[in-house]
Amino acid sequence: MISRRRFLNYGSGTALALGAGQFLPGWAQSAGHDHHSMQANVAKSFDLTVDEFPITLGGRQGRAIGVNGTVPGPLIRFREGDDVTIHVDNRLDVDTSIHWHGLLVPFHMDGVPGVSFPGIRGRDSFTYKFSVPQSGTYWYHSHSGFQEQIGHFGPIIIDPKGKDPVAYDREYVMLLSDWSFESPERIFSKLKKVSHTYNFQERTVPDFLEDMGENGLSETLSDRAMWGDMRMSPRDISDVTGATYQYLINGHTTSDNWNGLFEPGERVRLRVINASAMTIFNVRIPGLPMTVVQSDGLNVQPLETDEFQIGVAETYDVIVEPKGTGPYAFVAESIDRSGQVVATLSDRAGARASEPEMRPVPTLTMRDMGMDHGSHGGMDMDHSGHSGHAMPAMASDDHSGHSGHAMPAMASDDHSGHSMAQTADWPVEKPHLETGPGVANINMMPLSRLDEPGLGLEDVPHRVMTYSQLRSLERNPDPRAPDREIEIHLTSNMERYMWSFDGVRFSEVKAPLTFREGERVRVTLVNNTMMTHPIHLHGMFFELNNGGGMHRPRKHTVNVKPAEKLSFDVSADHVGDWAFHCHLLYHMAAGMMQVVSILPDAAGAARRDKVLEQSDHQMDHSQHKMDHSKHQMDHSAHEMKTPPAEEAPMPSHEDHKHGGRP
Amino acid sequence: MIRSVQIAGLTCLAVLAGPVATAQHDHNGSADPNPSKPWSQADEIWGEAEMQASREHVRRHHGSEAVFGVIVDRAEVAFADEGEVALLEGDIWYGGDLNKFYVKTEAEYSFDHSEFEEFEVQALWSRAITPFWDFQAGLRHDFEPDGLSHAVVGFQGMAPYRFEVDMAAYLSENGDLTADLELEYELMLTQRLHLKPRAEIGFSAQDVADRSIGGGLTNGAAGIRLSYDVIREFSPYVGVEWIGALGETRDLRSAMGEETEETVFLIGFSAWY
Repeated sequence: MISRRRFLNYGSGTALALGAGQFLPGWAQSAGHDHHSMQANVAKSFDLTVDEFPITLGGRQGRAIGVNGTVPGPLIRFREGDDVTIHVDNRLDVDTSIHWHGLLVPFHMDGVPGVSFPGIRGRDSFTYKFSVPQSGTYWYHSHSGFQEQIGHFGPIIIDPKGKDPVAYDREYVMLLSDWSFESPERIFSKLKKVSHTYNFQERTVPDFLEDMGENGLSETLSDRAMWGDMRMSPRDISDVTGATYQYLINGHTTSDNWNGLFEPGERVRLRVINASAMTIFNVRIPGLPMTVVQSDGLNVQPLETDEFQIGVAETYDVIVEPKGTGPYAFVAESIDRSGQVVATLSDRAGARASEPEMRPVPTLTMRDMGMDHGSHGGMDMDHSGHSGHAMPAMASDDHSGHSGHAMPAMASDDHSGHSMAQTADWPVEKPHLETGPGVANINMMPLSRLDEPGLGLEDVPHRVMTYSQLRSLERNPDPRAPDREIEIHLTSNMERYMWSFDGVRFSEVKAPLTFREGERVRVTLVNNTMMTHPIHLHGMFFELNNGGGMHRPRKHTVNVKPAEKLSFDVSADHVGDWAFHCHLLYHMAAGMMQVVSILPDAAGAARRDKVLEQSDHQMDHSQHKMDHSKHQMDHSAHEMKTPPAEEAPMPSHEDHKHGGRP
Repeated sequence: MIRSVQIAGLTCLAVLAGPVATAQHDHNGSADPNPSKPWSQADEIWGEAEMQASREHVRRHHGSEAVFGVIVDRAEVAFADEGEVALLEGDIWYGGDLNKFYVKTEAEYSFDHSEFEEFEVQALWSRAITPFWDFQAGLRHDFEPDGLSHAVVGFQGMAPYRFEVDMAAYLSENGDLTADLELEYELMLTQRLHLKPRAEIGFSAQDVADRSIGGGLTNGAAGIRLSYDVIREFSPYVGVEWIGALGETRDLRSAMGEETEETVFLIGFSAWY
């Protein structure tokens, strides 16, 4: 029941929210008859209450845990550099927490129980205090249990201290989420027992006949044989699907029809936040191009596109400039196309854009398994063959070398090299990996896929954003080459619903990933699974090595596609213990999590400062820069080698035309 | 009948689940001198005791949570020539990703004779050893027909092409060695309508006079069930199955004037929670 107190506190403005059938904070409300935009009220102090309350969606009532009585929670908006105080009152009987996703807070304010603080006990309160040197669109959510699935999240906007380089007349937060009337504990338990329980898009016998008609019997048989041999499904795209989820925009279902208003010719800024527990979305506005201006809170060079895939916990700000009156459909479609949600952008309240039909379900290919179907005769996949033989073999060779053979091939650069096209001049640490109960597959041929738009978007008849297109607006702040590189493997056994990094679940981790203060570390992620994982590093931005030179996009969360190998560089500046995990909630719960421990190192920090100072100095005397900084970066005798790659930290010629770092 | 079987299983479970869960927890950090404190920078700020408790909690809930499961593979009535027979085959388990405590039951009740013709319960430790296979070991007790106990060693898992396999060898308290193998497959006609072929074969290393079993292959079954997922957790089905004695067992029973094979029509359901 909604108490009278809460009604009074949070029910103001409910007249506008009637269409949604629930109480929502002002920022999330659908447009009324007045013209409408978000209020840009900044504050320095916020009072938040975490509680359990009823929620009504599609006429059905469920129980939510959320902030200030609404799903999503209130907007937290403040100004860059301000000292912010956020008081959290936990009215639950159980622990809660709030993590400020993407914010560079001191680590003990990061809000991860068991890593950065003890959590907020039931019936207790906690005050977060921080000041952050950044602006942009972010979000917050619980890091306790499964609370994030049942409503404990909301948006954050940090207004820039100076002039916003992004001009706009009007702005909206577009917060995407997934809701189920099943409890998250039940969802997780079902996945553990029957991992494909929510998949109602498997290939069937009629599909077989259809494929046979198109591709012939032998090709269809060999395709089915490959998947069958691996005991995997090419339709295993999302673990939790539209079979149980309702997808929401700002807490509204499609039939609730969230309305955003504009006047033709205006520049409208949409701050798209994926606050889902498990759903990667494809976002598009048919008939209205979007200009991406920000990714994960940091400005990027404007990029016009028609669609983008947004991983869980990523944010993208886009500018749209509708010339007509609309209505335009803002469509967020789940990556497996088991469901979608539509909101309406138009010049009048109450308009309803027509919902586009859901597009065909994507099917994974051998490429997504890290096997090049064409050139490698991938049918005899010895790594998966061993456990399928007779009983004696099965019993004895679990950890024998059979599966281990995959590693040497992968460890040498000739396999990965053809796709990554770079050799490291720094030490690279790789995990020893072998198949076992928690690791069903080891990727023999990881691919560089940053120039791909994401699963299911390869062949759409319009532009789709890719990571390789993103360029940061500001110059990257740290020009140093990595001191070392660590390779981290995303590993899983879908059948057992086991998820981990390097085959080790978080519960079994013996040591964190340790960085020393001042270090520059390249982190390479290799996806050994056939699922897209949004990998999130707390407490720092990393430069995604996408060919952008000194304008690589800086992100807090990166979608790693099936079979993909990608890398990012990170400066170990923020001392503390930071969570590092897959942002698919049930993957994290299954163990796909680690801690990155940045240990204080005064000498290391001093070395870094000296290099950065010199690099700044060199920026002013650009002629000498190349030789000099190279000397700084290469501790070994590799001077004669060509610079490693475009990702290498050397400022390019183009860059220094623009002058020094801001 | 179904209820009584489950209750028997649950009682076993209550006795044994605790130690199993604890054993698994102990196993988590056996090699490390300070396994529960791999990171600790927040301890200085918030206090070690508080952080330690939350650290243990967060780790336990990210990878080593135990899950309780119940599955009824087959709850069916077979319409045979000499009357209806009810059959229940199902498992209850509790445990983490690698170690589980398993209770398997199989019971056959004859409405004609108003008695259980077969009622066995197995209590097993199940250990994940490869991506798709578990090793299982434990005890089996046949409440019917003869109250014999057996030691059990077996493997359960999924063979390539997604064949579900369950195979085990049994050594009875009388020293008789037997084994059985069960194979199941699921062909998806639609997302909910499935055709499930199933085969079973039994083997004995020696004659077992008390049970009218001869050495070699002893019995087999081959059937097909058409099943519909009303929800994923509940799937009623209809099917046909051939059941028969094989080899010397067949000869023995034939000599005793017993039926040695029959084809039955089945109606039943599978379910899990």
